[in-house]
Formats: sequence, structure tokens, C-alpha cells
Amino acid sequence: MLTLNNIEVIYNEVILVLKGMSLQVPEGKIVGLLGSNGAGKSTTLKAISGLLKPEDGEVTDGSIKFMGEAIHHKDAAEIVRMGIFQVMEGRRVFEHLTAEENLLAGGYTRRERDLSSDLEMVYSYFPRLKERRHQTAGYLSGGEQQMLAIGRALMAQPRLMLLDEPSLGLAPMLVLEIFGIIKRINQEQGTTILLVEQNANLTLGVADYAYIMENGRIVLEGYPEDLRQNADVREFYLGLTEVGQRKSYRDVKHYKRRKRWLS
Amino acid sequence: MDLFIQLTLTGLTNGAILAMAALGFVLIFKASDVINFAQGEFLLIGAYVTFAMLAQLGLHWTLGLLLTLGVAVALGVAVERLVLRPMIGEPIISVIMVTIGLSSLLKALVSAIWGNQPKAFPPFIPSQPVKILGATVGEDRLWAIVIAIFMLGIFSVFFRRSREGIAMRAVADDQQAALSMGISVKKIFAWAWSIAAATAAIGGALVANIVGVGPELAGFGLRVFPVVILGGLDSIPGAIIGGVVIGLLEAYTGGYIGQGLNQVLPFIVLILILMIRPYGLFGQEIIERV
Repeated sequence: MLTLNNIEVIYNEVILVLKGMSLQVPEGKIVGLLGSNGAGKSTTLKAISGLLKPEDGEVTDGSIKFMGEAIHHKDAAEIVRMGIFQVMEGRRVFEHLTAEENLLAGGYTRRERDLSSDLEMVYSYFPRLKERRHQTAGYLSGGEQQMLAIGRALMAQPRLMLLDEPSLGLAPMLVLEIFGIIKRINQEQGTTILLVEQNANLTLGVADYAYIMENGRIVLEGYPEDLRQNADVREFYLGLTEVGQRKSYRDVKHYKRRKRWLS
Repeated sequence: MDLFIQLTLTGLTNGAILAMAALGFVLIFKASDVINFAQGEFLLIGAYVTFAMLAQLGLHWTLGLLLTLGVAVALGVAVERLVLRPMIGEPIISVIMVTIGLSSLLKALVSAIWGNQPKAFPPFIPSQPVKILGATVGEDRLWAIVIAIFMLGIFSVFFRRSREGIAMRAVADDQQAALSMGISVKKIFAWAWSIAAATAAIGGALVANIVGVGPELAGFGLRVFPVVILGGLDSIPGAIIGGVVIGLLEAYTGGYIGQGLNQVLPFIVLILILMIRPYGLFGQEIIERV
């Protein structure tokens, strides 16, 4: 459905952030994209959704294709209309609008005039938003704002949803709830999802396939069950070593231990 | 008592016109965070274009007003295209500076085309005096109040219910997030500037009907500042109430204390409000979650 082929992104005409990044998102699946801070995950999403331009970023090489059509030169509004919707990092709700107005803003590109059945659909996933529908979004809790951000995406009925760190700054219980809902949305609405995360364990739990990126390119990919077995993933992303054993500080020499995939 | 009613009516009508200029100002600020120093000139252009349509071309007033609105919308779109679009991504303060330049340009344009002499205006709304509770007031002045209330209603519904209205507020809140949901920021800006120019044009036509046309009409632009600071830069009801309050204050001080002071008083109010409630009586507070 979505294919990134060897793309390169440069900010301010100087800073090379993505250095030949490729990935594929098949229709109807959840694909995870893991990596540490600054690896280029968010940049990848912005390259897909056309949000690089306002930040002076540019795709200078490679191609991004959605349903067979090249989209890396289209602007954000056009890309949303094609069915790609990005839920931005840090929730970014419209603070001075009520919860319901936020949802309606999410449905801006819809052709139908009456969006009340879509509102009900969103409220069925997030009953708490229904209770708070007339409250100013800026005063909602962090978890509710994240629900609102995902609900806003649902309003656009996208074919592909790009989620940028939905777990950011949320309590572990809430994160579990949100991930459960993401899985449900994928199954019930048939929405394809590209999930960018730092929480490797949860992501490998919901994803059908996952990529790990470092330093602007993909370093490892595979099915979650295979990745869980990979020694490097276990150590650097899941924080595990030998099962059941605690690691002594003497053995923790991250700075010396070379990752096998870098060389 | 008669004097009081007379002053109240004058104040209300002046306030209504101020409010209409302020509405466009608020609209632009709401959508783009830009303080438009050229708002008074929009009003000036509205007044002169109406004058040209009615007095110089001799059109019927309905057609003339419609054409004036068309010109205003075109002006708004042109400003967005030629002046604001190249400024996207620049700091807000640069955009504000550009509007100051725009105001001089428009003023010069008006005096180049129509000259600097005040001109009489063929009234399209009858201006015969009407007696209310012992006070006399021009009929056109009463219409100004009606039209201002009507505009307030339309704008409130537009911003609360319509898709474009909600999108406009969304753009004001977070441009990039709005962009991510397919809202075209450029289109929203064009909308905001056109509607602002159109409301100012209606205000301008009313002023022209009441006092005639002249270059000093642009002075309304300056008097809009106390109004919007009082009401809150981003509040539609605030623009109306601020307009009425300033209008009344001007009338009362002018009538009871003396002419001259009424020119200064709005700005004293402006300073007081800035000290007590910098976001105005109805403006948005900055939301901080802790």
C-alpha cells in the first residue's frame, strides 16, 4: 500500500536526516517503526504526510508511493484527501476548541455534510470523550488528549493512519488501553497503521511487522516474534539479557559492545 | 435627561460602526495571529468604492453595495496572495510590519484616485432624523446598530457551527496540526482576509452614508485598537461590546466633560485594560496544563 524507496531527507538544505530509508506498509496491517531519539522516525512520517515543507525539510532522493502513486511532491492537504492521516507527536490538540470541535476539524476533508454518525463511532471507541465533548480540549488530561488526537484521525476515515509515539508521556495503564484501541481500529475499521514508537515491547505486541531504524536508515526488520529473538533487539530495545538473570554492572559495557548490525 | 438619551444613541451608533471595523480585525487575528494595521484603510476603501459605485457611476444602491463587497473580497484575496503568502514562515512581527506598509499604500492609493477633499455622499439609507424618547437621531445611524447586531449573529454561528469556521479557529490554534488534517492554511487565510475586508467595507459604506467620504475615515483604524484591546483581540462578542463601550464613553465624555477629552479617553482605557487584563475582557487566556 505504501512504499518508501531509498528516500533521503535534508533539512535547511544542509542537514541530512534520512539516508536511504526504505520500508513497506502492506494494506490492512499494523507496521511498527522503532528507534531511539533522533533516529529519524518522525521525519519519516512527515516525509510521507507532506509536513516537511513548513519545517524547511525536503525529500531530495528516492520515492514515496501510496497505492502506486508517487506522493512526495504533493502538499499535505492533497495527501490527507488521498487517505493518509498523521497523528502528530505530542497530541497537538486544538486547545481552545472543545473536544467535539476538535473532532469536527479532523473531519474537515470529508465530503458528507453530516458527520454525526462518525462522531458516534469515535465516541464508541473513546466513551470518555463523549462525557467531555463540550469541554475545552486544552484542559483535558494527557490521556484524553491522546484519545482526541486519534479520534480526530478516525473522523477523516483514512486508509492509512500514521501514529507518532502515542505512548508519549502517558501512564502505563493508559498506554495499554490506547494500544488496545489501536489494535481494534485496525481490525474493525480495516485501517492500515504505521506506528512509530520507542516502546518496543508493546509495539512488537501489536504489530504484524516491524522495522528498527538508527541514524536515518533501517538497520533491521522482521516479524515481531523473530525480532524478539534477536540478541541485539533483546538487549538494546527490550532490556533483556539471559532470561531470569540480572545483569551485573561489570557486564554492562554498552559503549564497548558493538551492535552487530553496525559495521 | 434628554441629553443623556441623545448621547447614548450617538454613542451606540458610533460604537456599532467601530465594532464592524473591529470584527474584521478580530477575524484576521483569530485565524492568523496577525495584527492588521491596515484595517482602517479597508474601511476607507469600502467607503470610497461605495462612493464611486453610487455617486460616480450612479448605480442602484443594492447593485452598488454588492459590487463593493466583490471589490472588498478581491482586495482581501489579493492581499493574501501578494503580501502574506510570501511571508509564510516568517516571524509574525515581520508580517505585522508589512500590514503597516500596506496601510500607507492603500491610503496613498485612495488619495491618488479620489483626491484629498471630503466629498458629500448620496445617502442610500435615508438619513432623516427620527425621534426616540425625546432624542433625535438619523435613521441611518439606527441601521448601523441593526447591521452590527446582525453581523455578530452571523459570525458567531459561522465560528461555532460551520466547517470553515471551526477550521479557521483550528488554524489559529496550531497551524501545523491543522495542516496535518488537510486544512489548507493558505485558503483559510484568504477567507479570513476577504471576510475582514468585506465587513470593513460594509462599515465604510455606513460611515460614508452618515458623515460623507474623506481621507480622515482611515482614523477609524486607530480607534479600533482600544476597542479590540478592551474586548479581547480574538473575541467576536468582545469586538461588539468593546465597540459599544468605547462609543458610549466617547459620547458621554464629549457631552458632559468637553470635546477633546473624548479623543483621549479610549486610549486611557486601552492602557488601563492592558495593565489589568492584557487579553481583554473576553479574550482567550493562554491555557497552561500543569
